[in-house]
Amino acid sequence: MVKENELTSPSWITSKLEVIEKWARSRSFWPLPFGTACCAIEYMGVVSSHYDVARFGYEVVRFSPRQSDLLIVAGTITDKMAPVLRKIYEQMPDPKWVISMGACASSGGFYRAYHVVQGIDEIIPVDVYVPGCPPSPEGLIFGILQLKELIKRGRDRYSRKAEVSDG
Amino acid sequence: MDKKLPVWVRAQDNYAGKVELEHDVDIPTWIVDSSVSKELLSDLYREEKFDMLLDLCGVDYPGREKRFDVVYHLYSFSTGKRLRVKVPVSEDRCEVDSVVDIWKAADWFEREAYDMFGIKFKGHPALRRILTHEGFVGHPLRKDYDPGKRWQLEEDKIYKPVFLNLPPEEDSMFERMTINIGPSHPAMHGTFRLMAVLEGEVIVDSDVEIGYLHRCFEKMAETHPWQQVVPYTDRLNYCSAFINNVAYCKTVEDMLGLELPPKAIWGRMVLMELSRIMDHCVCNGTTLVDVGALTNFWYFFEIREEIYSLLTKCFGSRLTVAGCRIGGFQHDLPPDFIDLCKHLLEIIPPLIEDIDKLVTHNRIWLDRSVGISAISGKEAINWGWTGPCLRASGVQFDLRKNEPYYWYDKVDFDIPVFYGGDVYDRYRVRMAEIKESLKIVRQLVEQGIPDGPYAVDDYHVMLPPKDMVYNQMESMIYHFKLIFEGMRVPPGERYGYLEGANGELGFYIVSDGSPNPYRIKVRPPCFPIFSTFSRLIRNQTVADAIITLGGLNIIAGELER
Repeated sequence: MVKENELTSPSWITSKLEVIEKWARSRSFWPLPFGTACCAIEYMGVVSSHYDVARFGYEVVRFSPRQSDLLIVAGTITDKMAPVLRKIYEQMPDPKWVISMGACASSGGFYRAYHVVQGIDEIIPVDVYVPGCPPSPEGLIFGILQLKELIKRGRDRYSRKAEVSDG
Repeated sequence: MDKKLPVWVRAQDNYAGKVELEHDVDIPTWIVDSSVSKELLSDLYREEKFDMLLDLCGVDYPGREKRFDVVYHLYSFSTGKRLRVKVPVSEDRCEVDSVVDIWKAADWFEREAYDMFGIKFKGHPALRRILTHEGFVGHPLRKDYDPGKRWQLEEDKIYKPVFLNLPPEEDSMFERMTINIGPSHPAMHGTFRLMAVLEGEVIVDSDVEIGYLHRCFEKMAETHPWQQVVPYTDRLNYCSAFINNVAYCKTVEDMLGLELPPKAIWGRMVLMELSRIMDHCVCNGTTLVDVGALTNFWYFFEIREEIYSLLTKCFGSRLTVAGCRIGGFQHDLPPDFIDLCKHLLEIIPPLIEDIDKLVTHNRIWLDRSVGISAISGKEAINWGWTGPCLRASGVQFDLRKNEPYYWYDKVDFDIPVFYGGDVYDRYRVRMAEIKESLKIVRQLVEQGIPDGPYAVDDYHVMLPPKDMVYNQMESMIYHFKLIFEGMRVPPGERYGYLEGANGELGFYIVSDGSPNPYRIKVRPPCFPIFSTFSRLIRNQTVADAIITLGGLNIIAGELER
């Protein structure tokens, strides 16, 4: 039997599992910062006390790909680094998302050169591109929040892929 | 002038016909035949006490009979003299003797010259590519190499380590094991790869692989006009971008013979010292994080954030400021610049004080860092060390004092020197230098901003002010010419240097009078320092290797360019 006061102010809610799942996922990324260059210094700025990404719940930085679900590629990726990045991405368990931080990761930046990958989307899929060289910490936080919105609305790459495979 | 040098006279006697003096250059320059180059260089080392090889690089002149120049920059600690030695080689006999057994610093420099130009060094222990990957074909800094031509690295070609100094296996308690750390490892700062042979937890030999952030700075510089190279220099040592800007601009200004107005010099000095503080903050902060001391990292970054707010006010960006232009600044300094500096001078010292109290006498930090990867001053010089790391080994060498530029001879500051040569002393040198830099900034701020323009009014170099461009025909033409054709630098070459946050930051620039630089070689201070890494961590544990790397302050952007 349900007591009366529980009905008037319930300590439970009804929802779809899918919604709960998205709610939880989008609010607690465990980012793996694949920091190679200048952007990595700005990423340090994002996690340090002034900008404090912990306000949003994204501070559990994990350097092991097997423990993380958000790959933040911060910095230039060269042809020498490309196989490494690809491998790290493959080692991450699903669901996983990728943020390309900065001009170099997004497009090679102003290094139109013989040793620089012209955008990491040559080798791995990307969910959110954050412009800037390097992006300001606000920019990166905005990028992560965009990804959160995408996941919440089920418009991210992972959810759409699941939709397709479900038929 | 150079001919009066007894060293030159002796060289002429000993190597008659094989050595020539080049005229009208910034530092004494000898052109040496490749058949005697090694003999002469080892003479210079032994007899004339040129005990440091600052830089070694190649330059390509496709039209010449002897196509390549191998350029050595030498420095003597006893006399304070500099010398440039050029050894021309032809394309079909593209070989010079290696000088690794004279200066250990030559090891990686020669590998780089081989990688970039295909110049072979006879007698080098392991001449293989260093910056580009193993699947790369050709030599990218040759003039006939297309800047955009890329090669894919296939997995089976990835470098397998070769251990050159592996001691014979004795009856040890432990079985030998080879481990790989990095490049994607937080303790390797994301871009270095260390392969180590362990006995238990002790590293008996190791091999280091770099080049994971080789962004082709030098080739990009050759394909861009002079002023547009400035943003590229930001991304060399991105922890103290402004110092790189100044080092590049100062070298080109010297080539042009420009004299900067006092305001530009004053502003550059203040911002350079603040950048030095920022750089030391990152270095010490991350080193301490590597041993688990996270709290002070937030303190250090608080300092950086405060300085960022000043830089943003001046240049509009935080990290990669592109603050300088050849000829001064792009904009005037903000009107409240002095107030912002005063604010910084108020809030940074207590933060430093706090960190000092937290860490400097902390038992855990002392246990982890004292005596770790120590190196003597003499050995460090042979490896080509400069900057705070060298000063931690007891050598008092700082270009701000030894060869003062700008107004460094007019301000009062000390050069902190420590004698342990270990990780702890490298930390202490940096902490002390932060205080000295604050001292310099304080003096300059008390002096006040000098009046006058913030850049030279030479319109062959700097754009004329906008109101003049709109209202005067002549200024408009200057504007048009500068935008469309770019500035011209008279043909010649120069090695410009100043004290970067990591040590001597050198720019060897060759101009042929065209709108783009002909060749820019950066002498990154951490390149020779990092080449010592395998030697430093031998017979230490893996955990020691990690804090050694942190304490050396290796910045990938500058190391690999």
